[in-house]
Amino acid sequence: MSADVQKLVRMANQIATFFATQPGDTQAAEVAGHLKAFWEPRMLTALYGHVEAGGEGLSPLVLRAVERLRQPAA
Amino acid sequence: MKDFIIPGLDGAPAFSDRDFGTPERHSHRTVTLTIDGFEVSVPEGTSIMRASNTLGIAIPKLCATDNMEAWGSCRLCAVEVEGRRGTPASCTTPVTPGMVVHTQTAKLEKLRRGVMELYISDHPLDCLTCAANGDCELQDMAGAVGLRDVRYEAPVGGGMENHFLRRDATGAPNPEWLPKDDSNPYFTYDPAKCIVCSRCVRACEEVQGTFALTIEGRGFDSRVSAGMSGDTFLSSDCVSCGACVQACPTATLQEKSVIAIGTPDRKVITTCAYCGVGCSFEAEMRGDTVVRMTPWKHGKANRGHSCVKGRFAWGYATHKDRILEPMIRESITDPWEVVSWDEAITFAATRMRDIQARHGVKAIGGITSSRCTNEETYLVQKMIRAVFGNNNTDTCARVCHSPTGYGLGRAFGTSAGTQDFDSVEHTDVVIVIGANPTDGHPVFASRLKKRLREGAKLIVIDPRRTDLVRSPHVEAAHHLPLRPGTNVAVVTALAHVIVTQGLYDEAFIRERCDWDEFQHYAEFVAQDRHSPEAIAMLTGVDPNELRAAARLFARGGNGAIYYGLGVTEHSQGSTTVMGIANLAMLTGNLGRPGVGVNPLRGQNNVQGACDMGSFPHELPGYRHVSQDSTREVFEKLWGAVLDREPGLRIPNMLDAAVEGTFKGLYVQGEDILQSDPDTKHVSAGLAAMECVIVQDLFLNETANYAHVFLPGSTFLEKDGTFTNAERRINRVRRVMMPKNGYADWEVTQLLANAMGAGWTYTHPSQVMDEIAATTPTFAGVSYEFLEERGSVQWPCNELHPEGTPIMHVDGFMRGRGRFIVTEYVATDERTGPRFPLLLTTGRILSQYNVGAQTRRTDNVVWHDQDVLEIHPHDAEVRGVKEGDWVRLASRAGETSLRALITDRVSPGVVYTTFHHPDTQANVITTDFSDWATNCPEYKVTAVQVALTNGPSEWQVDYAGQAEQSRRILPAAE
Ligand code: SF4
Ligand code: SF4
Ligand code: SF4
Ligand code: FES
Repeated sequence: MSADVQKLVRMANQIATFFATQPGDTQAAEVAGHLKAFWEPRMLTALYGHVEAGGEGLSPLVLRAVERLRQPAA
Repeated sequence: MKDFIIPGLDGAPAFSDRDFGTPERHSHRTVTLTIDGFEVSVPEGTSIMRASNTLGIAIPKLCATDNMEAWGSCRLCAVEVEGRRGTPASCTTPVTPGMVVHTQTAKLEKLRRGVMELYISDHPLDCLTCAANGDCELQDMAGAVGLRDVRYEAPVGGGMENHFLRRDATGAPNPEWLPKDDSNPYFTYDPAKCIVCSRCVRACEEVQGTFALTIEGRGFDSRVSAGMSGDTFLSSDCVSCGACVQACPTATLQEKSVIAIGTPDRKVITTCAYCGVGCSFEAEMRGDTVVRMTPWKHGKANRGHSCVKGRFAWGYATHKDRILEPMIRESITDPWEVVSWDEAITFAATRMRDIQARHGVKAIGGITSSRCTNEETYLVQKMIRAVFGNNNTDTCARVCHSPTGYGLGRAFGTSAGTQDFDSVEHTDVVIVIGANPTDGHPVFASRLKKRLREGAKLIVIDPRRTDLVRSPHVEAAHHLPLRPGTNVAVVTALAHVIVTQGLYDEAFIRERCDWDEFQHYAEFVAQDRHSPEAIAMLTGVDPNELRAAARLFARGGNGAIYYGLGVTEHSQGSTTVMGIANLAMLTGNLGRPGVGVNPLRGQNNVQGACDMGSFPHELPGYRHVSQDSTREVFEKLWGAVLDREPGLRIPNMLDAAVEGTFKGLYVQGEDILQSDPDTKHVSAGLAAMECVIVQDLFLNETANYAHVFLPGSTFLEKDGTFTNAERRINRVRRVMMPKNGYADWEVTQLLANAMGAGWTYTHPSQVMDEIAATTPTFAGVSYEFLEERGSVQWPCNELHPEGTPIMHVDGFMRGRGRFIVTEYVATDERTGPRFPLLLTTGRILSQYNVGAQTRRTDNVVWHDQDVLEIHPHDAEVRGVKEGDWVRLASRAGETSLRALITDRVSPGVVYTTFHHPDTQANVITTDFSDWATNCPEYKVTAVQVALTNGPSEWQVDYAGQAEQSRRILPAAE
């Protein structure tokens, strides 16, 4: 995994770690919302690319969030 | 200055310079009396002197002044009161109902002349050549009392009784004469001119709170003395705030700049450009030369006080290192070539557009400055969004307070401190966490210490024993010296105690917060694993102290929390901010004076830079770029389509640069190479770009990687506004023309127009009008309004026409306050066998951030290099002695500096500052960052320390490279 991707993985996991501790069942939505609100599209694209390549090192919550993000907007 | 006032008809004008002699009193009872036949009503407790001054009748005085308590020593202010014997001192005598006072009678005239005669007989009569000529209260009073001759003279031939003659008539030295103390770089102390009025001593105690001065000896022998006998001003505890100089009625304490230039002839009110306190100053001018900067008594942030930086360290504005002409170069290995503005701007614009043509619209971006004005910041982000056509704008506020924005935004609905600085006067218990106000925010620290001396209690949460923990007449009730990186654990444990012991304010929570969320939160913090005992191993904090601190905060009355970068610059920075918000809500400490959550901002305009839409995801007023309605407002006004996706943040820009998708950067007034973490990564990012445009006063470290250098202007050279940590919008006023030719906002406009913007601003007030028109929280702000009020705290709009000193008074901005669960997560940055110590960083009083300005002033006498603080135990096992060169290494890099052995830091923790580029503490810091905002984790780095011989190889290389890249071609003929 390249250093850049490694960094994105760490950042995404950090976000997931916070929302995982929050009550309710909206954690994946919160993580997705946070990524959408703060990450520039090329960072998201790189993250999606990494998920497609197997998503090594990403926490399950990030994977769920990415899945939501990639659903075509209703 | 003599006001023209008709007694009884006309009060003093709103911003008058009049010295009322004694401080204002607050009381709901008023007392009515008669002075010289005029009736006046004043609050109970007011002195006769002040009452008289409110009528416009000045009573002669020497030892009294209105920013300190009366002392009653000079007796010049005597008055007669009908029905009372004697001649009481009007400064120490409070008014009583029905009192009839006469301030000028034959008896008083005689008495005052006698007093003055005595003073003058022991004072040199060299008024014509004295630096204070025309600005001396002794001189004024001699005039006011009609002193015409002095009958006392030094006896011929020894035995003389004076302090000012060096030798007597026989040539024998006068034992009473003391030489001038010139040790302080900014002011002198000339004992020959001292009248021992004690104003300086009281200023140092009451206003500054340092207690550096005393009156030594008694009667005729009494002398002002700094520190212990044998000390000079420089070697004493004096922090050079200037309060004593300001207070001195004579030339005894005198600014060296006045001695060198002469007395000023006009004053312009402006705002300090250093820290987030945002002190108001009078720039006292002669022609276009600044003679001195003095704190403005009507400034609401500082109330007439200042620190060494704002008061004295403005000489950088005219420093010879300032670059005044634009420069360009093909590549960063070339020397600089001085060119015309036209050429530089065209070069920059062409390169930027060319990059966009080849690599896409999003391949360039810019960085706004927290040192520049609101108007300038607004224009930079406008240029990026509307002219560059993307949202790649960020600010160095990213590296300090972005977690404040995120955390408080989530909890309360607005990302700003809740109080004004005056609020501290009503506080009973203060928590200071991750902040070192005596160094970082000195004037606020003085105001805080004043309140602490009045009896308020203090809790300090900081890895280091900061000065506040114990200083003269101030002692923290509790100091919790936590391990760096464990803020969340400690804050959560405080909440644990408050919740499990039932100390929370249920009424407040039910009324103001989301009750379900509270219950969930309460359940969470009540778990045993959050108890002080359970976290003690992790945090190193004594559980009993922590429990006592929690109880004190919950039950001690008005509780206020002040925090700084020691909270935000962590991988859990945002979480700690939310934890702090939780504590305030739990204890009901919001929405009134004396309480609240108060971020202490680093640079002068961090608040403003955030407000003005510097962040890549937010338009001005903290509105997300994805909000169609907000974008529409700006699109209509700017005539451009705006991107609805967030842009890159600084660290992301650098990552993208290394990766090759980001190629051009405009940096206004920031030195990211020195201020941002992981220097090597920053330099790699900058080196990978094709066009770096740096706009600054000096060839800063970032400029080593720049292709275009655009000279910047100082705060003395432009109009605008700064917004301080209490959301106060203060005016910055031009006192001299820009030496570089343009104010920074004009330079931005030139670049934007060269890229096709077509802007036509002719004054920053027009920019403020645009801000007001687009940003609801600023709707009521205009330059006319500021002219009238002096300053205003946003929100200022239809709902809050007078501005908002205290937020969330009747409810939170977001409706109900949110309790957010704050789980402690250890940072990935851990100590281990290779890097067993934790490094944390901070700043000191006399230097400012990367030091580009303060290093170019005499402030270097207090701090000429960065040093590493290390505990005696850690030093001993490494064989390190005081002053040794040590190598400081982390997994990111290494640097060398000298060791200072002190138990201010705990074992296992080392500490340094980052003011000097040759130390480059950020070579050591890593690229870890806050989870929510990417605010870098400056405050925790695992390091090793070892003895070494001198600067590291990297430092030597770096210095060589820096010198190489600063070459400027001699001007072509
Ligand atoms: S400059 Fe400030 S700290 Fe120094 S002696 Fe004067 S009042 Fe005290
Ligand atoms: S130094 Fe100035 S303020 Fe201090 S006692 Fe002497 S005359 Fe008064
Ligand atoms: S640096 Fe801060 S505290 Fe000092 S004068 Fe300036 S604004 Fe005030
Ligand atoms: S001014 Fe009142 S005693 Fe000096």
